Amino acid sequence: MKSQKDIDWHQDIFDVLERQGIDLIAHVPDAGHAPLIRKCDARNDMDVVTLTTEEEGVGLLCGAWAGGRKGVLLMQSSGVGNCINALALPVICRVPFLSIISMRGEWGEFIPWQVPMGRGTPKVLEAMEVSVFRADAKEKVGETVNAAGQFAFNTRRSAAVLLSQEMLGAKQFKEG
Amino acid sequence: MFQRRALVESLLEHRPANMVVVSSLGNPTWDVASVGDHPLNFNFIGAMGQAGPFALGLAMARPEKRIVLFAGDGELLMSLGVLATIANQAPANLAVVALDNEAYVETGSQPTATAGPTDLEAVARACGFVQTRSVVEELPLDDIRDMVWQGEGPLFVNIKIVAETLPLVFPYSFDGATAMNRFRGAVNDSETH
Repeated sequence: MKSQKDIDWHQDIFDVLERQGIDLIAHVPDAGHAPLIRKCDARNDMDVVTLTTEEEGVGLLCGAWAGGRKGVLLMQSSGVGNCINALALPVICRVPFLSIISMRGEWGEFIPWQVPMGRGTPKVLEAMEVSVFRADAKEKVGETVNAAGQFAFNTRRSAAVLLSQEMLGAKQFKEG
Repeated sequence: MFQRRALVESLLEHRPANMVVVSSLGNPTWDVASVGDHPLNFNFIGAMGQAGPFALGLAMARPEKRIVLFAGDGELLMSLGVLATIANQAPANLAVVALDNEAYVETGSQPTATAGPTDLEAVARACGFVQTRSVVEELPLDDIRDMVWQGEGPLFVNIKIVAETLPLVFPYSFDGATAMNRFRGAVNDSETH
């Protein structure tokens, strides 16, 4: 059995995206997503779209789905607040919407400015009819993203995976 | 300045078979609906600021289709950043038509930033759109129509229009899912390729 530190959960997410035919990766970058973004960027059969603000990703993925393509929005928890009104679009049009969110403002956070939106993230998502799936351990990331993707695309609803800060690890960020 | 309904009609009448139209909430949606119903139209009635990102996603998913976005100045000002995102993705099949009346007409004609010093065409050009154009005077529409229908994208045409309150003309359905289901079926129907 693999130990926690041997699990390449970025690769696990990548494998799920590939298996589910998700080939449009929209993001406002975050250190927690950087290895996955690099893997997707290296592929000729995936499009990686860097957004100026997270809410663009909502409309972008809805338009892509209308055109027959599946995508995912990668963002940090601070970006969820930017998306609130845009999240009406997938709800009212019954468009599947999938997001993977790296959490800040929770486990061992050292920047106080991250705390309010981090605490608000699950509440805001639920308020906008996004089903929240949480991954607290590395070995659960792949199956959680797989479950959220199946839920979103099979039921035509919004789903988000929260990658917990405990799982991401404070080592990815500068010490305060 | 142009009358908006006549302008939109002249850009949509006898449109090419591969043209897909997206309109932003409010007047651009009523304008497009006034020309007549079409299964390859998707009309926003809310989610202000999302029509541009939606048109980009559609253009990236269906490169064989011509995607034309009709958006008001208020809509574009709400999400100016998406013009940079569009220019960086550079979809050759996307045309943005800004219907710029310099006012939030639906809420009482308060002036927008374009009534002041802000120039949407200059913003699009600075963001890196391949072709941009401003139309202030009423001209014969043939060259604008050619540009919107087949010019290399991403292109941006800013058209100054009269700020007028017109009768609302509703699109196919106010229910988003009903509208989306028909639109998605038409866009992905191999018969229409």
